[in-house]
Parts: sequence; C-alpha cells; structure tokens
Amino acid sequence: MVKVIEVEPVTRLEGHGGLRLVLGDDGKVQDVQFNITSTRFFEKFLEGRYCEHIPRITPRICGICPIPHHLTPTKAIEDAWGVQIPPAAYKLRQLLQNAKQYSSHALHFYALAAPDFLLGPFADPALRNVVHVINQMPDVGKMALKMMDFGQKLCQAIGGKSVHPISAIVGGMKKPLDENVRDLFLKQIEDQVEWTKKTVDIGLKVVEDYWDVVANVGVVPTYYVGMTKNGVHDIYDGDIRIVSPDGEKFDYPPQKYLDALGEHIPEHSYATHMYYKPAGYPDGIYRANTLAMINAADKMATPLADEALQAMRAKIGNVPHHTFAYHWARLIELVESIEVIATLLQDDDVVNPDCKTLDVQPREGDGVGLTEAPRGILLYHIWSDAQGICKKANLLVATNHNIAGIEKTLMHVAKQVFEDKALEGLKLPDPWIK
Amino acid sequence: MVKEKKKSEAGKNKKLQLAFYWAASCGGCEIAVLDIDEKILDVVAIADILFWPVAMDFKYKDVEAMKDKHIDVCFFNGSIRTSEQEHMAKLLRKKSKVLVAFGSCAVAGGIPGLANIANREEVFKVSYLDNPSTDNPKKVVPKTSVKVKEGTLTLPEFHDTVKSLDQTVDVDYYLPGCPPTPDQIMTAVGAIAENKLPPKGSVIGPLKSVCDECRFEKSEKKITKIKRIYELDKIEDKCLLEQGVICLGPATRGGCDARCLDANMPCTGCGGPTPNSLDQGAKMMSALASILGLEGEEKMSDEDVQKLIDQVVDPVGTFYKYGLPTALINRKVMKK
Ligand code: SF4
Ligand code: SF4
Ligand code: SF4
Ligand SMILES: [Fe+2]
Repeated sequence: MVKVIEVEPVTRLEGHGGLRLVLGDDGKVQDVQFNITSTRFFEKFLEGRYCEHIPRITPRICGICPIPHHLTPTKAIEDAWGVQIPPAAYKLRQLLQNAKQYSSHALHFYALAAPDFLLGPFADPALRNVVHVINQMPDVGKMALKMMDFGQKLCQAIGGKSVHPISAIVGGMKKPLDENVRDLFLKQIEDQVEWTKKTVDIGLKVVEDYWDVVANVGVVPTYYVGMTKNGVHDIYDGDIRIVSPDGEKFDYPPQKYLDALGEHIPEHSYATHMYYKPAGYPDGIYRANTLAMINAADKMATPLADEALQAMRAKIGNVPHHTFAYHWARLIELVESIEVIATLLQDDDVVNPDCKTLDVQPREGDGVGLTEAPRGILLYHIWSDAQGICKKANLLVATNHNIAGIEKTLMHVAKQVFEDKALEGLKLPDPWIK
Repeated sequence: MVKEKKKSEAGKNKKLQLAFYWAASCGGCEIAVLDIDEKILDVVAIADILFWPVAMDFKYKDVEAMKDKHIDVCFFNGSIRTSEQEHMAKLLRKKSKVLVAFGSCAVAGGIPGLANIANREEVFKVSYLDNPSTDNPKKVVPKTSVKVKEGTLTLPEFHDTVKSLDQTVDVDYYLPGCPPTPDQIMTAVGAIAENKLPPKGSVIGPLKSVCDECRFEKSEKKITKIKRIYELDKIEDKCLLEQGVICLGPATRGGCDARCLDANMPCTGCGGPTPNSLDQGAKMMSALASILGLEGEEKMSDEDVQKLIDQVVDPVGTFYKYGLPTALINRKVMKK
C-alpha cells in the first residue's frame, strides 16, 4: 500500500505551505513535495502603477521582511531612471536593512527554530513554541524579545513604520534619522552586543548538543546563491554570486541575472523552482538563505562576524552542505548585523538631511535592483514608460529561490528517516526544557 | 492589565480562548501582534492562544475537532483567494463566538486585492508564461490536481477574484490597518477582555479621519498641479495635499496617529473609508476636486476639474490601494 503523509499547514514558517510525502509499498520514499499555496501575483498588478508607488505596495509580499521589499524596487527604479542617490541615503538604507536583519534573525532563531532545539524533537507539539519558551526560560525569553524589539524600533525610526516601511523614495530617503533618536539607540548598543554574544553561545551549545544531527542529517550538496560586494558579505548592495557544490564561485552583476537564474514551473506548487541556468534543471537547483550567503562570502564585513565565520569553516569546511548549519550561519549574520548597526549609528551621515536628490526624472527603460533579504536574495526587474508608469515587473523573491532546494533537502532527509532509519541511531541531548 | 492577571489566576480555565489565522496575507499582521512587545506577556496571562500558524504547531485537524464556538475570539487576517482559505474562513466562523477581520486584507481585500484588475488567467500568464526568467517551453501552469502514479495530488484552487472576509462569511468586528498599530490591537484586546465590545458590525477605531490626527494644519490653499512625491523639495511642515501631493488623509479613518505623515510621506489610505463614507476613492476624488483650482477663483467648471483629476494616470492604485475588492466601483473600472 502506498502511504501518503501530509503536513498541513507547515507551521512556524515564514509563509504558507503544505508538505506531502509519498511512501511506496517497499517503504521507499517515492516523492516529496513542498507546496506553496499563497502566492499573490504581485507582478501582474504592478503593471499600470506609478513606479514610485511600488515601494509602498511590494512590502506586502512579506510582512516579516518588508524592508528588502521596500528598498529593492526603489533600487530597480533608480536603475531604470538613471538616478544617483547621495551617500547619506546609501548609509541610511544600509542601516535600515541591517536593523531588519537583526530583528528577523533574532525572531527566526528564538521564535521559529529554538523551540525545536530547546524542547527536543519529541516534545508535545502543543508546547513546542515561543510562548512556552518564554514561560520556561524567562531570562532568555525577555532577552529575545528585547533584541527583536530593538531591531523593530530601529526599523520604525528609519522606515517610518516597522511593518511596511515608507521612507525610501526614488532619489534617496525622505528623512534622516533624528539625532536624539539616534542617541537613544546608541545607548542600547552595548546591551544588544552582549545579548547577541549570549545568543551565539546558546547557538553553539545547541550545535554541540545536536552534533550528531548537524553532522549527519540533511547534508545535501547543492548550488548556492548569495550576494557579495567585491567578495565580501553584504546585504544591501552587490553582485549575484553562485557557488557550485564543490565550491567554485561565479559572479554576475544584477543586470545580468538572466544569464544565471532560471525559473522552472512545477505543476504542484504556485511558487516557481529556481536553478542555476548554466547547470540546467534539476542539476542546477540551488539553495539560498543564510548558509548560502555565508558560503558565497570570501569574508564577513565586520571583525567579530568574520571570526565566527572562520570558526565555523574550521569545524565543517569552506562550503558546508549541512542543512542544520543554516542556524549557525544565521547567528554569524546576526553578529554582523549588530556590528554594522553599531558602526553606522556612529556615522554622522545617518543624521545628515542631505539624503535625497531632486535630480529625478522618469524615463523609458528597465532597471534591476538586488538585495539580500533575511531568507535569500531578492531581485526586482522593473520596466518603466516615459511617464514613469510601470509596464512590467519580474520579481525573484526568496521563496522562489528556496523551494527547489527545500524539496531536494526534504527528499534527502525523508530517505534518511524512512529508508535508512537514520534517526534511530542518532545521539540526542536531554532537552533544556522538559 | 494587572487586574486581568488576578482574574485569570482565580479561574484558570476561564481564560479567553483566542485564535489567529492568516489567509492570503503577508504575515505583517502577525508581526504587528509581536510588536506589542512585552504586552504579549499580559495577553498570554489572560488568554490561551489556541491556533497561531506563524508561531505554534497546530494542524487543521485540531481545529476541525473543536466543538462549535469553542474559540472565544478569532483574529482573522488576510484576504480570500483560494478554496483552502475559503474553507478555513467557514470553519473558523463555525468554531468562533466572535470573528474579527484583522487588518486591511481581511477588512477590505487589501493590497493583494489589486489583483482584481485582472483575472486568474491573466495573472497566471504573467507569472508563469511571460516572465523573462521562466523557462517554460511546454507552457505549464500549476494545476489543482496532478496525476502521478501513486494517485492524484491536489492544490487549492485559485478563485478568479480576491475577496474580503465579509464577502465570504459573517464578520462581527473590523480592525483596519496595514497592519493595525500595536495601540489599535491593544484597544481591541482590552475591549474584549473587559467585555466592552461595541455593537456587532462595528469598526474598532476612532470616529475621525487621518487629517484630524495629522500634525499639519490645512490652510485652505488651492493647488493647480498634482505633484509626484519625489518632486517635493525640502521637508516642510505643511499639509502634503496643499503642497500638491495626493494624500488620502481626508478620506481615511484615523486611529494610526497619522504615522505616515510623521515620516513626511502621504497617507495611502490603509485605515479604510472615514466613518460616514462608503467609498474611500469617491470621497478622495471629491476632496481633491475641492482643493484643485486657482486661488481666488470661486468655482471651476466641472470640465476643468475633471481635466485636473485626469492628471492622475493611475486612479485605481492611487484611490483604491487597500480596498478594490470592496469598493463600490469595484469591477466597473476593470475589464471583464
Ligand atoms: S493587512 Fe497588510 S499587514 Fe496585514 S496581512 Fe494584509 S498586507 Fe499584510
Ligand atoms: S491631507 Fe494629509 S498632510 Fe494634509 S492634513 Fe490631511 S493627512 Fe495631513
Ligand atoms: S497614515 Fe494612512 S496609510 Fe499611513 S498608517 Fe495611517 S491610514 Fe495607513
Ligand atoms: Fe517572477
């Protein structure tokens, strides 16, 4: 008898999806599908809108990472219209992007991922959530809330609203950061750095506790897609970087994305499957998100983060394929974000009112914007007419970049679980929370 | 909140039973709930959260197994586009005593509702066939049922249009905003906890417009040209509408403290229509008509006003950004 296992919905996920696993008579895994059920087809209804309205529409693609969906189309329109933004705007946007990275990575670690590790995989599902973690480990819980809150409040101060920001406009940023507000955030930096370090300690302890899982479950060689600026990890600006399963790196400027990135249309999911074009589909299936970003980088942009990256590489290699290392990579990025925030908050350009140019003129043409969202690279390609009305848009969002890679990983893990019974021999630690 | 805490300690099983659900949503409404910060601990002290897909492990069958009206209050965010979302709306309606449309998408269709300018076939065509990055020689589009050798696999069906929650099921209260602010959320939670809910069918929000909450004064100045936001020179503490940029403040319900205006950006209308108007876009167009014109000239001819309004190349995106599915004009401005 064929057995179908369905998980509906997949929870603690930034998005909507279902999982389906098909087991054959022989106990062999025949198929794994990760269905994305919530695509909302923004591309079509961006047609006909004023280009400069797009950055206030597209954040609604994702309320967890609205900032990249605010900044990336702005960059694409600036590219299309040939607009140069002042240096102060560049730094403000970098700060905004890192504030989001910080709150999103803290949220992901504590609210989405940690319940699994802290309670263990066999805990009562009704308790395996962040509310229970807060109840059982109030100190850790409060720290987590304060980290998320710092990032969200900084997003709000720069972006105007924490969810669905409004401050980036074609030509720069509408307003600089208020000096008094900047000082309030600067005062909190020391605590935040401290908590980030504590978070890393918790993370490394978890990695150690679950070493058997990290090292053996879901080690799947794939391509990776990330973004770097001259080879250095960057989440606001840079080139597409592809990493092959054996570690070869290929760079493409954003405007050349069509040479690198292809979309395959599967019948069973509303999200497309992305792959590295020169390698074809399905061989060229890649993964995005934190580990991909880390694998793409020659080095991190800041000292503590780079130290953490080197430590990880010393332990699991230069291009690790360990799915559970995604959490580790996320913590390295968390460290970088707070270091970048600390540096930029001290830079007077973020309070400089000269953060916008008036030299903005719609023109016919197309442009590409690229950033790294907390869960993968984000690319907008926008076509404008002479009046500045959007004629057409192509969006490659993190969900698309990840789906094919997620399915490939799930297939691998499903085989490990159902065919090789790999879980039975795994060493698991005593849960921190019982 | 302290009082409620005591109450809940006295009668442990009398805690409020809350549920959150997201349909066609972005997750921002869920983050807005987390943004109430440590007040979330107060909420947890007075309430059990039964169902919250972004943060908790619960499966659809858990909801199906609940008895009817088991949930005291269900906050439902997101609009309705697929058969799955419609099913969940109906199910949660049955299982909840009070159903709250949470956020602009559930209240009025929201930004995803802009998809109603086209139908399913057209949106599929753009996303799956026409994109330059798609490699799709066989012209595949996702199917709701796919035959494989193990049997038939199904996907939820996409409806032709996006609907608000109350176009799908009966709704008790509305909490607009994209997303609602933490204050608006706490007001709603407070009203529920203290059993001080307004009459059924009410919008939980103040009876004022965004202009009433805005820090800028209006000076009755007329404008002759509609400007685009990037054309504004330096930041002036002056009403944006009177500087020539379209701001939906006059046509939008307040409650958000005019937060966009604090960032010197125009209101785009996420609070929905003002208390006594039915159609936000129509109200905005008449507000615009009354401010357009030459200083000193009492009355312009309707034709001249129309000419000025015609400067707006994209009326749908400008006047109906958050509520196309529920707008009175609705499908009139769209091709069939
Ligand atoms: S109302 Fe706004 S924040 Fe809420 S789900 Fe809809 S788009 Fe997202
Ligand atoms: S129109 Fe806009 S800027 Fe002017 S008072 Fe109203 S909300 Fe404020
Ligand atoms: S000012 Fe307008 S667009 Fe901004 S939050 Fe308030 S109602 Fe929404
Ligand atoms: Fe696309």
